[in-house]
Amino acid sequence: MKILVITEQRQGKWNKTSFETLVAAQQIAAATSGTVSGVVIGKGIAAFADEVAAKNVAEVLLVEHQLLDSYTPDGYCVALRQVIESAKPDLVLFPHTYQVRDFAPKLAAMLGKGMIGDCVGFRDQAGKLVFVRQMFQGKTVADVSFAGNAPWFASFQSGAFRADLLEPHPVGKAPVKPVNVEVKPEDIRTKPLDLFKEAKSAVDLTQAPLIVAIGRGIKAPENIPLAEAVAKAIGGEIAASRPICDEGWLPMERQIGSSGQTVAPKLYLALGISGAIQHVVGMKGARTIVAINKDSNAPIFEIADYGIVGDIFEIMPALTEELQKAKS
Amino acid sequence: MKIIVCIKQVPAKDAPLAIAGNWIKESDIGFEMNEPDSYALEEALRLKEKHGGEVIALSLGPERVKQTIKEALAKGADRGIHIADDNFAQLDPLGSAQVLAAAITKENADLLLTGLQSDDHGFGQTGVLLAGLLNLPHATIIMQIDVQDGKMKLKRELEAGWFQHIECPLPAVLSIQSGINKVRYATLKGIMAAKKKEIAVVTRESLGVSTEPTQKIEKIYVPTKTKKTEFLTGTPKEMAAKLVEKLKFEARVI
Repeated sequence: MKILVITEQRQGKWNKTSFETLVAAQQIAAATSGTVSGVVIGKGIAAFADEVAAKNVAEVLLVEHQLLDSYTPDGYCVALRQVIESAKPDLVLFPHTYQVRDFAPKLAAMLGKGMIGDCVGFRDQAGKLVFVRQMFQGKTVADVSFAGNAPWFASFQSGAFRADLLEPHPVGKAPVKPVNVEVKPEDIRTKPLDLFKEAKSAVDLTQAPLIVAIGRGIKAPENIPLAEAVAKAIGGEIAASRPICDEGWLPMERQIGSSGQTVAPKLYLALGISGAIQHVVGMKGARTIVAINKDSNAPIFEIADYGIVGDIFEIMPALTEELQKAKS
Repeated sequence: MKIIVCIKQVPAKDAPLAIAGNWIKESDIGFEMNEPDSYALEEALRLKEKHGGEVIALSLGPERVKQTIKEALAKGADRGIHIADDNFAQLDPLGSAQVLAAAITKENADLLLTGLQSDDHGFGQTGVLLAGLLNLPHATIIMQIDVQDGKMKLKRELEAGWFQHIECPLPAVLSIQSGINKVRYATLKGIMAAKKKEIAVVTRESLGVSTEPTQKIEKIYVPTKTKKTEFLTGTPKEMAAKLVEKLKFEARVI
């Protein structure tokens, strides 16, 4: 099986999920006696290609064009379609980034193919590749297989594979092969403008050793002081899952998850958080995870070290009291 | 502006899910508007209030999705299109998009909006696929839309706190990020007005669209645990005391 991995860089920086996806590709190649080709796309990115070439890959395809300097979905689709048509892979893998979500399904559709996005693993089931992905916000997992002929398209979620397992090239360096693509200005219909960050957040949750996070279970903004009291008693920062920040109950800078911050504190105390995958990717690296939720089937318990099935409104005040007692 | 909003109906957030093969048992559970789509609907209504025009709520699914279309009409959408399909849960993302595209293409809309992803399948592909199938420009994870002189200036969310402005011509497809706006509730007046609004019913057959599956959900199941969770029991006070004890002396994190 020939596997193409579309890596991602922006403004001179890798998106690290690229390397995790290369690990996935190496493992699929090992299971199917296949080969891995890395694809690096952009402009002025030869150094990125060299970095991939030092890994255990058969080749690196270097796709450079003036019009690929800034990412556009049109530019990437037009260029990568040509790369796929000439390289003829069986499987095209992507890191499941915001950028990939923005173009990869369309790229697959242009070739009449579907894409299994946001996978967390794969299995070789008697010669048939099965991709594992979550459904229903992480409450269930699905085995998904491809129907029809190759090429097949899939993306792997951040954290699904460990980048430190990436195998180096066995003897030195794989060949870097420039691929000429034709991209015309009129192909690109959207115009990317400035990249920017919003006002610098006053709190850097990534540096907080103790985090108390709330989810939908908090029910109303009036209840947030109960959680803040727990945070204060423990000496930690308050954080939240996306819906809480969407409602404006806590500022966006306190959001943990795929669209917010990724944290790895000593302790992550999740109050009334169900554990949808978008949240879990932002906190699963925590050393100790405590989950308190009334639903014993909440996916947050999958990753919790300590769990309490119960009403957070009863437990929060009791916990604040016990924490204060322990301190004094 | 003529705006079509693609709205999915999904199992209610607190619905107990019973797995049945490669889908769930649909009897005995409630359904609701996919939350990310409610932000897309709200954005469509706001654009209409600002620029005039029409908002069409489009949904694919069995008879029950009419309820979600009615909810959109009650909030202010002008009319609905129901693509009646009892087997829609078995469609893959490309198949769903092909069916939606067939209904959309007849409307010549200026703007198509979708939510970011569905809370059931969670593929998050519909908007991007529609753009591909209808050959329209698109942008995703949109946090702000300004329409001026027949084109849009958009604010798109990137990862790790970054954003980007982009310029996009019309017509186009946008996937809306959740939290872009504050979603309205339907008023009693809106609910009454919705009763008079039209919901056109079409089918895959009447649209003349056939789909070929590109992927198949073989089975779904409850995830196996990766960590052994120690569950604490007792009264709230006892559980709180046990937890503090564990955090202090076992995990040693406080």
